[in-house]
Amino acid sequence: MTYTQLALLGVVVVVLLDLVVLRVGLLRRALFWTAYAIMGFFQLLTNGWLTGREIVTYNPETTLTSGQVVLLGDWRIAYAPVEDLMFGFAMIVLTLDLWVVWGRRGIDVGPYADGPWVRRRDAREAQAAQRARNARP
Amino acid sequence: MPDVLQPYAYLAVLAFILVTTLPLELYLGVRVWRRPRRLALTVLPVLVVFTLWDLYAIGRDHWFFDPGQTSGVLLFGALPLEELLFFIVVPIAGVMTLEAVSVVRRWPAVPETA
Repeated sequence: MTYTQLALLGVVVVVLLDLVVLRVGLLRRALFWTAYAIMGFFQLLTNGWLTGREIVTYNPETTLTSGQVVLLGDWRIAYAPVEDLMFGFAMIVLTLDLWVVWGRRGIDVGPYADGPWVRRRDAREAQAAQRARNARP
Repeated sequence: MPDVLQPYAYLAVLAFILVTTLPLELYLGVRVWRRPRRLALTVLPVLVVFTLWDLYAIGRDHWFFDPGQTSGVLLFGALPLEELLFFIVVPIAGVMTLEAVSVVRRWPAVPETA
């Protein structure tokens, strides 16, 4: 199979896994697409480095690209063949689905986030609630 | 890039991903690194599937790696060490991103247990 065929197959497999087999449904949630937008940006950045510098080189016979490494166009985005976006999508969906599946089964569900940022937000909100109570006549 | 740094060109990407996601663990406290059992169960299948895909792709000449810009350590006779590490580092970064969005937006990652 060519890289194009495999990449498409990868996308189909993880979509079926998410919606039908594992029934995680991340693909239906804003949570996933927000996270994916962030990851997608960083994928373009890091993959651009890997492909733009030709740390990895693709065989044009197995991709839609014609072989010349360009920033945009000829089925390339940030130097990388579009197949890489599908490869990355498949990898991310599989990863996040598994993470949710193990969480559902009660494996390492908690403890929940407790970093300085979260503690500050909690304190700020507690203060606002207190003020609202005091303001009441 | 100076010649002496060339072999680390790929490893630098992995270091970049680890460093940029670390604040999510330390500042937001997403607790991904501190849930090792769930993380291992998540990363291992991904590592196996995508290593097999990579080996197939290298065998079928879908892509190849610049020996001058990688460490030179080859696994199974073909797979640069960096690729194996990529399939560990990137899934971890992905889980951290999901958990970070979950914390900031208060969207539970596993609604059934929230």
